Amino acid sequence: MGKVINIQPVTRIEGHASIAIELDDNGNVSDAKMHLMSLRGFEKFVQGRPAEEVPRIVNRICGICPWMHHLASNKAVDGCFGVTPSPTGHKLRELCQTMAHINDKILHFFFLAAPDFVIGPDSDYSVRNVMGIVKQAPELATQVVRMRQLGQMMIDKFAGKAIHPIAAVTGGFAKPMLESERQEMLRDCRTLLDFSCFALDFAKDNVFSKYMDAIQQLGVINTGFLGTVDEQGGLNIYDGKLRLMRATGEYTDFPVEEYTDYLGEHVEPWSYAKMPYAKTWDEGFSMDLDAPKGIYRANTLARLNVCDHIGTPKAQAALEEFRTSFGRYPQYTLLYHYARLIELIYACERSLELLSDTSITDTHVRNEVEPKAGRGVGMVEAPRGTLIHDYETDDNGCIVKANMIVGTTHNVAPMNMSVKQAATTLIKDGVYDEGLLNKVEMAVRAYDP
Amino acid sequence: MAVRVAEEWLHSCSGCEIAILNIGEPLVELLSKLEFVHIPVLMDNKYFGQLGDKEHLEIPEADVGIVSGGCANEEHKEILEEMRKKCKILIALGTCATHGGLPALINSWGTEAAFDEAFSTTTTDEGAQVPTQGVPKPLDRVYALDEIVDIDLLVPGCPPNPAHIAGAITALLEGKEVQLPTKSVCDTCPTIRKGKGDIKEVKRFTTNAAFDPEKGVEEMQCLLEQGFMCMGPVTAAGCAKRGAPSCISARVPCRGCYGPVLNKGNQMLDMMNALASNGIDFTSVVDRKNLLRFSGAHNKLR
Repeated sequence: MGKVINIQPVTRIEGHASIAIELDDNGNVSDAKMHLMSLRGFEKFVQGRPAEEVPRIVNRICGICPWMHHLASNKAVDGCFGVTPSPTGHKLRELCQTMAHINDKILHFFFLAAPDFVIGPDSDYSVRNVMGIVKQAPELATQVVRMRQLGQMMIDKFAGKAIHPIAAVTGGFAKPMLESERQEMLRDCRTLLDFSCFALDFAKDNVFSKYMDAIQQLGVINTGFLGTVDEQGGLNIYDGKLRLMRATGEYTDFPVEEYTDYLGEHVEPWSYAKMPYAKTWDEGFSMDLDAPKGIYRANTLARLNVCDHIGTPKAQAALEEFRTSFGRYPQYTLLYHYARLIELIYACERSLELLSDTSITDTHVRNEVEPKAGRGVGMVEAPRGTLIHDYETDDNGCIVKANMIVGTTHNVAPMNMSVKQAATTLIKDGVYDEGLLNKVEMAVRAYDP
Repeated sequence: MAVRVAEEWLHSCSGCEIAILNIGEPLVELLSKLEFVHIPVLMDNKYFGQLGDKEHLEIPEADVGIVSGGCANEEHKEILEEMRKKCKILIALGTCATHGGLPALINSWGTEAAFDEAFSTTTTDEGAQVPTQGVPKPLDRVYALDEIVDIDLLVPGCPPNPAHIAGAITALLEGKEVQLPTKSVCDTCPTIRKGKGDIKEVKRFTTNAAFDPEKGVEEMQCLLEQGFMCMGPVTAAGCAKRGAPSCISARVPCRGCYGPVLNKGNQMLDMMNALASNGIDFTSVVDRKNLLRFSGAHNKLR
């Protein structure tokens, strides 16, 4: 008689999930599933709302990446109302998007993921956390807390709210930037760039070099990738065309308005999270580890794999080193952490670029808007993957229909596969312990769900 | 001896947990006086034992329990009841926990409608069924926590103000009474009010407010007086971090995210009254239910 091991809740992630590992009579893994436990129904309850209000409703989808929902939603509403944001409004939005990526990456790497590496995957759960890091490495912890706070507060001061923002509006932005604010943010972003270079060096010395074996084994699966690139094929986290790549590196680029031709969402009876897949590959959906069908991944590793280059110097240098070490299209799941720190450097450099352009303080921040019937599709790259909001409005400019593909969900099928891969490799003949079950969770944590 | 703390999140977005982190450096100092025994976002304590082999969901005993998010499914309810059983003081953190918050907007339809919609969108595979295996059964609607168990302290806000969270924890550590704002957003708003104007209707926020960006918020005219729908009169204060309510500081009108001024208040009815008493036609509000955007639990939205 087999048994089921329940890991509940999955911890140090940003949502609600549990893992069920099924063992056969011999104590070997016969199946493993990750259940996503919650659904709030944003697609339903935005119906009837005036569309210009929706960017300050859907930001509550995620308290960690509220800016991304806020901005993708504003772009969708712009589309419904047929308005193009003013050039300065556009710049201010991109700046907020880019700055918001900075905190997210510091949070995930140091607060959620690092305890597994710095304290150790097999260490006791009571110390394998950020509180443990505070005790074991107080100087590092204080520095990390200070930098994340600096990143949060520079947005909070300029835009009124860092969590659940309100400052982007259909047609542009609600307020201009003062020269004094620009100078202050330039200074803060320089500090954060120094810190992000330190963070990558720290991780190379203390994490990636020490855990090479784990990187080459834990949660490794073979999939395609999805991300956003600009016209030249460079990494872009705010705007551009979507690039859907096969595991071999062949790819198709498409504008986000056509996403329904390329992506579908599969449903399993055991998870509230839908599983997006590459409908356009015309091979259906399968999470079979040896012959997956329609499976691609999003988030940091995917974005770095699909882009041809990164347009900022320090991040580009880091990308080249990364590709020299791991190849052009690496599949190693734990490399999401490495890619996350390269994107952290990019986000700081890109914020500095945007802030260095003095025209960002121009006062024409919003174009005129007239509520009306229409359809709009908005996207940005959320930390956890490509985020798509698609709305239709009635004559009064109120929402009649909404479809949202949230960043994390692209990786729901891949996470399930990584969990199964990790569990199957690690659990043999019914032998398992707490550290080993934590390693299964580490395969999930890499995706930062 | 350190104060033992347990934290849980239910029908939530993790914004409240980020607000806790936004206490910043003082948090490092506070952490030395606290012992977290359970907090899924940061710590690996499991419900059914560390090997997942226990029969019943269990959370360790704690002096202080903090719960964010409303209660919307059977698992939330079980966790909330266990938190109540194990924590001496139970705090509802954030407007979802105190008043249902934004997810309680679904109460106009009922939770079933959320699932039916999500599993029939344009990109969802045809014929998809709502999942039922190994996932918690939804309740009929979204509940505020005090509809399910007794709550000792309500700390609203979407997100809650980090200073309130730190203040509440510090007061509890020192055995003092927790002080939270009792006024309205309007009472704490420094914008200029000229008195009853000639505004007859409220307008949608499709144009920016009139203000001089070089001058502070205290030199901008009240947004309601500028004709914008602003819920400052009927919303609990507490969001101000730098001298002005958060949204107003971004030159954007309030939408009520700290819930009603009086805990049992009704933000929609109170706002209608506020508009009417100022001679403003309340039928000019496009989507009235939207005024209960943050406080739809307690059977207010149905």
